[in-house]
Amino acid sequence: MNTANNSVPMYNDKVVRQFAVTTVVWGAIGMLVGVIAAAQLAWPELNFGIPWFSYGRLRPLHTNGVIFAFGGSALIGTSLYVVQRTCQARLFGGNGLPAFVFWGWQLALVGAVITLPMGLTSSKEYAELEWPIDILITVVWIAYAIVFFGTLARRKMSHIYVANWFYGAFIIAIALLHVGNNVELPVGWFKSYSAYAGVQDAMVQWWYGHNAVGFLLTAGFLGMMYYFIPKAAQRPIYSYRLSIVHFWALIFTYMWAGPYHLHYTALPDWTQSVGMVFSIILLAPSWGGMINGIMTLSGAWHKLRTDPIIRFMVVSLSFYGMATFEGSLLSIKTMNALSHYTDWTIGHVHSGALGWVGFITMGSLYWLIPRLYGRTSMYSTRAIELHFWISTLGIVLYIASMWIAGVMQGLMWRAVTDDGTLTYAFVEGVKATYPFYVVRLVGGLMYLSGMLIMLWNVIKTMNAGRAPVVSVPPMVAHA
Amino acid sequence: MDILYLLIPLSVVLALLIVGALAWAIFGGQFEDLEREGGRILEND
Repeated sequence: MNTANNSVPMYNDKVVRQFAVTTVVWGAIGMLVGVIAAAQLAWPELNFGIPWFSYGRLRPLHTNGVIFAFGGSALIGTSLYVVQRTCQARLFGGNGLPAFVFWGWQLALVGAVITLPMGLTSSKEYAELEWPIDILITVVWIAYAIVFFGTLARRKMSHIYVANWFYGAFIIAIALLHVGNNVELPVGWFKSYSAYAGVQDAMVQWWYGHNAVGFLLTAGFLGMMYYFIPKAAQRPIYSYRLSIVHFWALIFTYMWAGPYHLHYTALPDWTQSVGMVFSIILLAPSWGGMINGIMTLSGAWHKLRTDPIIRFMVVSLSFYGMATFEGSLLSIKTMNALSHYTDWTIGHVHSGALGWVGFITMGSLYWLIPRLYGRTSMYSTRAIELHFWISTLGIVLYIASMWIAGVMQGLMWRAVTDDGTLTYAFVEGVKATYPFYVVRLVGGLMYLSGMLIMLWNVIKTMNAGRAPVVSVPPMVAHA
Repeated sequence: MDILYLLIPLSVVLALLIVGALAWAIFGGQFEDLEREGGRILEND
């Protein structure tokens, strides 16, 4: 296939293809587990009394599956594409190091799929994996950082495109967070204890948890947004200057906001307030970035009608705006007193996850995958259209039902009678939530159906196309 | 809350590193011709 002159460097698109396709596969698996968990909340009989199929074990499998398998693969794959194209350089590390990143990452994910249902967990939310897998992830991540930053160092022009700043911050931050949060003492091959205890552990956990949202689910996907939206719209970003401000403002403010996840706990009051204040400040860069992305279509709004890929991307930005506004709102102590520990939090997370993270990934992959297989478009554009509508309606059902359920739970839990006793027993709140759990399950099923349509479309596109070998342009016009 | 003696210095060190990176970018000429750079990704792959 590669008949070109050997002296002309070629882009390494093989690893990008591998990550792009596994993103879709892992997405379908992770969302399926989520749908099963949602059904178990409505009908606990679906636990079947089988330990490894119980909600408590499937829930971390779902979160790891969608955050690290789907989201992680999407970010690693697209970042390795974007860094090559914007730097006009082949990936650093030969063929071996990128391949190691791919297979190492898959091995860690398979490890999660095996150990989490077995009940092997360090019991830290979003960091449940036990220490041997933690070490594997660390090694793979360092290799990934070497490939990414090595390629950046090979760039032909002096300017570093803004998407690479976002991806770079994501890579460095995740390395720090992963190592910092997972300091633990092994007492066996599959059992360890955290180095921190009590409220200290809670603080480290939410320093990790909040910044994982900030740097993986936000900064990483903003890198994706700043490359694939201009490419798909064929227009430069509305204000490149604002995108630079967006980056620096976001990374300066994000890391101080973690304590707001621990309002009204043993954490000192002033620490909670600092977290709240920074979370409110965060709204400014978040909305600046959202408006910047959406305004990229200014003058080409008709593309929203004709191009379902653009629609995925613009709707994802709308959800980014909504979820960041909601995040700042829920960080205010008074709001948090009502919302925390209710299903409102679940609704908030999924507005960000299904709407922002899911849709920007789907839009970007619908643009990227045909190009990785030598085509200009996916096998079926009508299937993209169908995917868009079924998923959008699914998200609306999901978040609306969780909003209502959350506010209802919050009000029921705080209601007191005249003599000062609680009006409702906890189980009455659970009972009242039942119809909303069913609606949420329907929303999740619709979103999963969209993902399966995408999987079918990707397989058809792969079969109809042929993977090209793309050469690196010899010289840039203006170095 | 002994953990704050670790997390706050760590965050301050990180913030200083970010300031360093920002200074490198500004004084290294990263932001000299922003209008052009934004459009360059559309020119060729």
